[in-house]
Amino acid sequence: MAAQPEPKPGHRQAGEILLKVENVDLAFGGVRALREVSFEVRRQQIFAIIGPNGAGKSSMLNCINGFYHPNSGTIAYKGAPRKRMRPYQAATQGIARTFQNIALFKGMSTLDNIMTGRHLKAKATLLENAIWFGRAQREEMEHRKFCEGIIDFLEIQQHRKTPVGTLPYGLQKRVELGRALAAEPELLLLDEPMAGMNLEEKQDMARFILDVNDEFGMTICLIEHDMAVVMDLSDHIVVLDHGEKIGEGSPEEVSSNPRVIEAYLGTSEEEGA
Amino acid sequence: MLYRESGQFKTTYAADQAILPIKQDLYFVILAILIAVAIPFFVSNYVIQALLLPFLIYSLAAIGLNILVGYCGQISLGTGGFMAVGAFAAWNLMARIPDMPPLVAFILAGLIAAGAGILFGLPALRIKGFYLAVTTLAAQFFLIWLLQRPWFVGYSPTGVISAQTIEILGWRVDTPVDRYLFALAVLIVMALVAKNLVRSATGRKWMAIRDMDVAAEIIGIRPMITKLKAFAVSSFFVGIAGVLWAYLYLGQLEAEAFDIYTSFDVLFMVIIGGLGSILGSFLGAAFVVIVPILLNVIPGALGLPLGTAMISYIEIFIFGSLIIFFLIVEPHGLARLWSIAKQKLRLWPFPY
Repeated sequence: MAAQPEPKPGHRQAGEILLKVENVDLAFGGVRALREVSFEVRRQQIFAIIGPNGAGKSSMLNCINGFYHPNSGTIAYKGAPRKRMRPYQAATQGIARTFQNIALFKGMSTLDNIMTGRHLKAKATLLENAIWFGRAQREEMEHRKFCEGIIDFLEIQQHRKTPVGTLPYGLQKRVELGRALAAEPELLLLDEPMAGMNLEEKQDMARFILDVNDEFGMTICLIEHDMAVVMDLSDHIVVLDHGEKIGEGSPEEVSSNPRVIEAYLGTSEEEGA
Repeated sequence: MLYRESGQFKTTYAADQAILPIKQDLYFVILAILIAVAIPFFVSNYVIQALLLPFLIYSLAAIGLNILVGYCGQISLGTGGFMAVGAFAAWNLMARIPDMPPLVAFILAGLIAAGAGILFGLPALRIKGFYLAVTTLAAQFFLIWLLQRPWFVGYSPTGVISAQTIEILGWRVDTPVDRYLFALAVLIVMALVAKNLVRSATGRKWMAIRDMDVAAEIIGIRPMITKLKAFAVSSFFVGIAGVLWAYLYLGQLEAEAFDIYTSFDVLFMVIIGGLGSILGSFLGAAFVVIVPILLNVIPGALGLPLGTAMISYIEIFIFGSLIIFFLIVEPHGLARLWSIAKQKLRLWPFPY
């Protein structure tokens, strides 16, 4: 395993803007989930969105993902402002994601789940697959090789053929990360990758996230509740509260921001609300 | 003892991804195919007609439905209707186009059935589960009604038309043995195709839609195309099964022969045999074809003085109970029992 670089803030001040979110507003009926949120995700960054429960973090991710459509504002990916789209189009553009509640294909094995994540790279047609000839067979082997690489990377070799439904929670989270990685995305969205994990599992996951960023150069946008994890991992943090952006910057800047402290610790006024 | 995979090391991904990666399984399948080829020469024509031929054709239909229900998770009660489409398409193609080779007509008939499947699969893009079951039920009744219109039956006054004889490169598929071997050949080829599909990227997409459609869409699987492909492939298989049913088993075409009970029977096979298993389709078909015959024979063999009406009631009764029993005890069907047995065999006789 490669030596872990100390996650110094700003040591990866690289990259042009990959994703630009501008004045995004999202409302469900009378509830405004997001209010005029703007931020930029740069290439190679580990970008974190934090905030108390109900702050609109997952809604933001769902907007980036194409699940929700902002009522106003624009989301530009690779410089191109996005029109109304379906989630699968986001995937074809190179955005992969994992879910807060594991969303694996329970009836399939670990290997099949990860292979499914790679389907966008498969070009063989239905007929070629039916006769298992030429491109179908060749591609299957190429993808298998790639997916074995991911399985090695995530250290889940012995669970390759196990149905994912029977795996423990922490491993399922890992498989889900593997499925996202199989697509070789440019932007990886992680919705609470460490929720419900114990310390060791969290450390493993943190290591994987750093390695993904380091070795594959993927841009990562994550939501996480564990402050210690976020502060250690991220290059750049956006803080949401009640759908509003209340702070942004490096971990140091954010943790000393009075509005952020207020939102997290609460004031007597806030508690009444 | 015999079923042990230790020592069988895979050195390539191709070997590990093979259909039957374990040698014993491969031998078993080869043996099964050999027996299947030899068996018609040792049994009476009655057994071929009443037992073996229905088993083969139902297996094919069950594989087709299993692709849709077991692999893609879309329920269908329209199997009978799609079988009828296949059968009538084949008849009309051969009756209306001179010198139509039967094999080409059969494949085209399968494709026409696939088209019907796509058409009636369109609601699946919006609705799921019970509601989809109801729309496919509508397809069943509509298709049977449609195929009773005079044009489709060549203006036959009774609505029953006799099937043309099949002749392929000089081989007249006529005697029960011929018909059995023809059905067997079609089944083996198509079962292989089905297995290839479900182990490929296509099959994984179907299973992804089945297991969690939201997550499937997130990783870039287009739900519409994937579901419609499943409907098309499933209906192709089912349509070919319909062709065989009409041409090899009945020898005549009648829309009523593909009624809703056919659809239920095939669905039972898929559920009893095992959703999402090609092997299960065979086991389910065997169960549904053989058990009623056994139930019919057993009272007589035991010397119980039961009337024919009574026997047929008991048959339905026991058969229904068995389905309920299976659904409770092993929701994944006979195929799961089979794999559990294999799992046990790997270690037997050592109690690990």
